[in-house]
Amino acid sequence: MTFFVKRAIRDIIGNRLLNAITIVIIALSIIIVSAFALVVVNTSDLIISWKKGIRIMAYLRPDVPNENLQSVEQEIKKMHGVQSVLYISKIQAMDLLKKEMKRHDSLLDGLSENPLPDALEIQMIPSSRNREEIEMLATQIESIPLIEEVEYGRRWLGRFANIINLFKLAGYALGGLFFMAAVFIVANTIRLLLYSRQEEIEIMRLVGATDRFIKAPFYIEGLIQGALGGMIGIFSLFLIFIFICSNIEQTSSFGLFHIRFLPFDVIAGIVIGSMFVGWFGCYLSLNQFLKS
Amino acid sequence: MKELDDQTATIRMYHVNKRYGSKNALFDISIEIFKNELLFISGPSGAGKSTLLKLLYLGEPVSEGQVLIDGMNLSRIPRKRIPFLRRKFGIIFQDYKLIPSKTVFENVSLVLETQGQKKRLIQKKVKSVLRTVGIEERLDSFPPSLSGGEQQRVAVARAIVGNPEIILADEPTGSLDSDSADTIIGLLKGFHQRGATVIIATHDKELIEKTGGRVIYLKQGKLQPPINL
Repeated sequence: MTFFVKRAIRDIIGNRLLNAITIVIIALSIIIVSAFALVVVNTSDLIISWKKGIRIMAYLRPDVPNENLQSVEQEIKKMHGVQSVLYISKIQAMDLLKKEMKRHDSLLDGLSENPLPDALEIQMIPSSRNREEIEMLATQIESIPLIEEVEYGRRWLGRFANIINLFKLAGYALGGLFFMAAVFIVANTIRLLLYSRQEEIEIMRLVGATDRFIKAPFYIEGLIQGALGGMIGIFSLFLIFIFICSNIEQTSSFGLFHIRFLPFDVIAGIVIGSMFVGWFGCYLSLNQFLKS
Repeated sequence: MKELDDQTATIRMYHVNKRYGSKNALFDISIEIFKNELLFISGPSGAGKSTLLKLLYLGEPVSEGQVLIDGMNLSRIPRKRIPFLRRKFGIIFQDYKLIPSKTVFENVSLVLETQGQKKRLIQKKVKSVLRTVGIEERLDSFPPSLSGGEQQRVAVARAIVGNPEIILADEPTGSLDSDSADTIIGLLKGFHQRGATVIIATHDKELIEKTGGRVIYLKQGKLQPPINL
């Protein structure tokens, strides 16, 4: 094995230009594919962080007696998908409103009566935080007689999630296309390399070299090209990411959500994928070339 | 001629024809070549000498007929086994076929590398064989920087380094001065004396007379009556 690796490294150095072109092309494809992966990873994070904020507010009719209130709470707790139910009295609600309005809370002082209703804040279990289940639960809660109104904010989330899913699909499709393009380009550069060494390969065959002996260094070359292309691509994307991040504010506009670079497992996956591109390009060219 | 150790034919050709398109390169060739034999294939240019050698190492397939090497029918040999058949041969090509981008040492060691031999053993064997052909001091040179005679010696070294059973030499002295030619022939004879079957294709009658051995004569792809020198 070391013999083949040494031969592959010597061949790469011997054919610097062609190998450099292949590595750069792989790196460019990886930048594009990884950029999509980066967007997908971050939008998924964004969705998760928004989903955490999903809750249903059930506003009670005025003057519901305490004992009835508890039975309503119990009833809702038993419903499918409910994680917790928190009672917020109208006094608590007013305090919260005052806190949120900060300097403008004097406006509220003019009110003779607290117009806010008593409410129940319903948190859902993570697996039920989707449009269909939220709507179903809201309808169920609305049917309770003591409940006057049910509100579940971010109604648009479902539609937004669909757009994100579409975006993910586009990412996979583009990833696939760039994968194929990269394989095609690698296959062609390897073919050029093979043609430039046609005489050498022919002589190797005449002195008794098996196809495996001839192929092994090329496969290793493909794997090295893929690994180098992948790592250069990821590193370049990281530099672009740092540059972009230093130019945008990551605080108020994104709330609790923070833009992050690709996690290690995704990076490892991309580099392995890139190595596969290099190997597969070689496989296609070598098989065709050695058959002829 | 050295007495044959074994009268078993190592190579048998039965009614072999070789055609390139509509042109007959070889026509109805039937011969037997024995173990440890020194055989010359003679004839004018274009007689089919090189083609006949190519059929033996499957450089070309036969059009009709059968070629048997040690009982193995070449038309039935699977593609995967061809490299192992070729390892039976040490081939000296008319145009040397040295890899220009590899050093003399690398060109010769390639044969042993394909056989998966150990690095230390390869070093030892290659240096020894380069010493035998008298080109040890050029082991780090690249073929284009060598003279014709030197390149031919490298080709001989590559042919014998794997200790093959059969040496095939296609016009091994064709472009050499008489001193270099004598050296190459001396090497081939030496190898024959150590037990190998040596088949030399040449049009050089003087060389055949000087060397001795069985001769088969080809003319326009056809075998001519045997000549014994």
